[in-house]
Amino acid sequence: MERRLFVLQRLSAMLLALLVFIHLGLILFAVRDGLSAAEILGRTQGNILWATFYGLFVLLVAIHAPIGVRKVLQEWTGLPASTINSVCWGFALLLLVLGFRAVAAVV
Amino acid sequence: MNSKQLSVRIWRGKDNGGLETYQVPARENQTVLDVITEVQRLHAPDLAYRFACRVGVCGSCAMTVNGKPRWTCRTHVKKVADEGVLTVEPLRNLPRIKDLVCDLAPFIDTWQKAGAPFSGNQTRQQPPATVDPNSKARLTADAALQCINCAVCYSGCDVVNWNRDYLGPAALNRAWTLVNDERHGQRQQTFDQAFADGGCGNCHSHGNCTRLCPIELSPSQSIAGLKRLALTGLDKRY
Ligand code: SF4
Ligand code: SF4
Ligand code: FES
Repeated sequence: MERRLFVLQRLSAMLLALLVFIHLGLILFAVRDGLSAAEILGRTQGNILWATFYGLFVLLVAIHAPIGVRKVLQEWTGLPASTINSVCWGFALLLLVLGFRAVAAVV
Repeated sequence: MNSKQLSVRIWRGKDNGGLETYQVPARENQTVLDVITEVQRLHAPDLAYRFACRVGVCGSCAMTVNGKPRWTCRTHVKKVADEGVLTVEPLRNLPRIKDLVCDLAPFIDTWQKAGAPFSGNQTRQQPPATVDPNSKARLTADAALQCINCAVCYSGCDVVNWNRDYLGPAALNRAWTLVNDERHGQRQQTFDQAFADGGCGNCHSHGNCTRLCPIELSPSQSIAGLKRLALTGLDKRY
């Protein structure tokens, strides 16, 4: 279990590092002549590629962050393991819902 | 007689004991263990402390000296005394028994929990295994092998300090040597145990263990090796 979480967290970090660079590159590219909602939506709406890209982004974040938060809670609070696990599952779901909502809103 | 004196503050009693100060002559060459022995012989015959070999082999003389865990038999007073004052306390992270003596049982337990006992994979009827001394696995194991179980690293590890379920540097370092030992019949089990709850996933890699180890081993590197294996899997070739 611990090992699986460790591996999941490292692998998601590796992929996230790549996606973050693409994301940053996109930002630089997107603001080259001003930034408007219409322009963003024009690029993202109906575009399955960006939907997949940011969908994957959300998924990886929802895997990566709660595993780290779990360790922090284990070390800093004396909470029982089951409580910490539930909190982290909740956090993962929250990230998924908020993230996919945002992705759905622009495609 | 040399008039220069050394002030030695020594922890007396158990948890709610306190520091008591003794004066011993400062000598050109003396180790912290020499000083403790001198105090016990001349001033405090009931002072409890541990040692055996006095030459850095047995690992039984570790204490906290001026705030840092050290092997006292090979720590020269000149190197650590702070303006003629030496403060000697029991090791951190272990239950105290009396004066400078700690109960090492929790430390030894971590070795068992980390899957540290060697278990051969051959019978006595088979010829001894031929191990290539220059193979990568053997060199890796050798680099981590000379541990004297002194518990200096365990005492210096902050993660052990806040989480007593953490196996700590020495036990995980031992697990790493076994995982790289082709003669060990339970490499997978040892690896699983080293990575279970309380295992190497808890290490913050801040390297106190490596900085303090008197044998200059690098438990933090061994732990990093175990973590790397989690991504690549055990080498199944042997
Ligand atoms: S590197 Fe790991 S084992 Fe070593 S002192 Fe730091 S937390 Fe402890
Ligand atoms: S790894 Fe070094 S400091 Fe830790 S118990 Fe072994 S010899 Fe002592
Ligand atoms: S007395 Fe044996 S290592 Fe110090």
